[in-house]
Amino acid sequence: MTTTRRNFLTAAAATAGAAMTPDLNHAHQHEHQAVPSDLALRVKALESLLVEKGLVDRAALDTLIDAYEHKIGPRNGARVVARAWADPAYKQRLLTNADAAIAELGYGGMQGEHMVVVENTPKVHNMIVCTLCSCYPWPVLGLPPVWYKSAPYRSRSVIDPRGVLREFGLELPADVEVRVWDSTAELRYLVLPERPAGTVQLSEDQLAALVTRDSMVGVANVAPPQAGLSA
Amino acid sequence: MNGVHDMGGMHGMGPVQEEKNEPVFHEPWEGRVFALRRAMGAWGKWNIDVSRHEVELVPPADYLRMSYYERQFEAFIVLLAKRGFITPAEVEVGKPAPGSPVTIPALTTQKAATLIAKGVPTSRDVPVSPRFQSGQRVRARNINPVGHTRLPRYARGKLGIVDRDHGVFVFPDTNAHYLGEQPQHVYSVRFAARELWGEQTNSHDSVYLDMWDEYLDPA
Repeated sequence: MTTTRRNFLTAAAATAGAAMTPDLNHAHQHEHQAVPSDLALRVKALESLLVEKGLVDRAALDTLIDAYEHKIGPRNGARVVARAWADPAYKQRLLTNADAAIAELGYGGMQGEHMVVVENTPKVHNMIVCTLCSCYPWPVLGLPPVWYKSAPYRSRSVIDPRGVLREFGLELPADVEVRVWDSTAELRYLVLPERPAGTVQLSEDQLAALVTRDSMVGVANVAPPQAGLSA
Repeated sequence: MNGVHDMGGMHGMGPVQEEKNEPVFHEPWEGRVFALRRAMGAWGKWNIDVSRHEVELVPPADYLRMSYYERQFEAFIVLLAKRGFITPAEVEVGKPAPGSPVTIPALTTQKAATLIAKGVPTSRDVPVSPRFQSGQRVRARNINPVGHTRLPRYARGKLGIVDRDHGVFVFPDTNAHYLGEQPQHVYSVRFAARELWGEQTNSHDSVYLDMWDEYLDPA
């Protein structure tokens, strides 16, 4: 193949651009990264080509997108955390065999085939990163936010976790042990945050409502009810 | 490969910026890229390690400039051509080549639902002896392969302690190059922050990495 990657992509862009008028409103910033306005057109052109060749079924694409936009997200993980807080036997199962315990609540699957749950305590704080790409436990947290996939988070979490946590508003005492889990293999990690004070009387649903995505990545703690209800 | 994707420990990338109420996809095309990659992956013409490595092959300046989904798209379109699904000429005209066969999509809505619910496990139920035990001192090998590896630069040559054995998994360093799965044990290895980054770091802190058998030597 004599066509280089660049030529190939330029050709793809030219084709898409010729067919449709570029929509400049689509250009926007992702943390200093400019997205070319023709990208949407190039993706559309490629999708059409693959559909026309019978390689891709558009309904299957819609199924995938709908699942991660509307069904699979951090509310799943919050239910796992709330169950672990409410039920000590479940918590034990979750920490020893996360896959089975998470499946008890009906969750599991793509990019969460092999789960590990790590527990925060007054003396241990866990946080999760994937320095090499952006591995993330989809079945319990959904698709990762931009910051998790960004160069600043990927580069700094392992060398300066406390500095990163400070930017998220979390200042940890020096005697708390910080454990950073770099997802270098196919294990996917979920942080079991500490149950906040003042939640003894709350139901499992009320507990789940307190649990944020960030607390399950380990860049935040779960706030007590009065501060947490608006989150 | 010692690429820019291997970011652990780099400086100068700036602060972490969190977007409040961030949507799952910022634009519809991001969702299409996400779904197209899974739909074409269902053909079984590549594996997760191949597709990860293709993203690593995006030229470094482009890699850093591009957003996550743009990078994924660029790698995807190259991978499609490499595996013979499309030709540059077809992309140029935006149409299938005359006489090219029309196939039946590999990923139906039913199979998409199964893919979401079951995923693609990379553990392997084969009898392979572990070379290491929990609690054992190990040193990450100092390797610098030009191909794919999941052993980050910042851990190479460093001393750690095996925390637990996760079981047997496909080995990405070979699998990414269609050289076989070479299933072997993966361990969680604890590296003290001071071993990785020196005396200025907190003496309590540590980084845990998942390491394949072939990444480790006894120490």
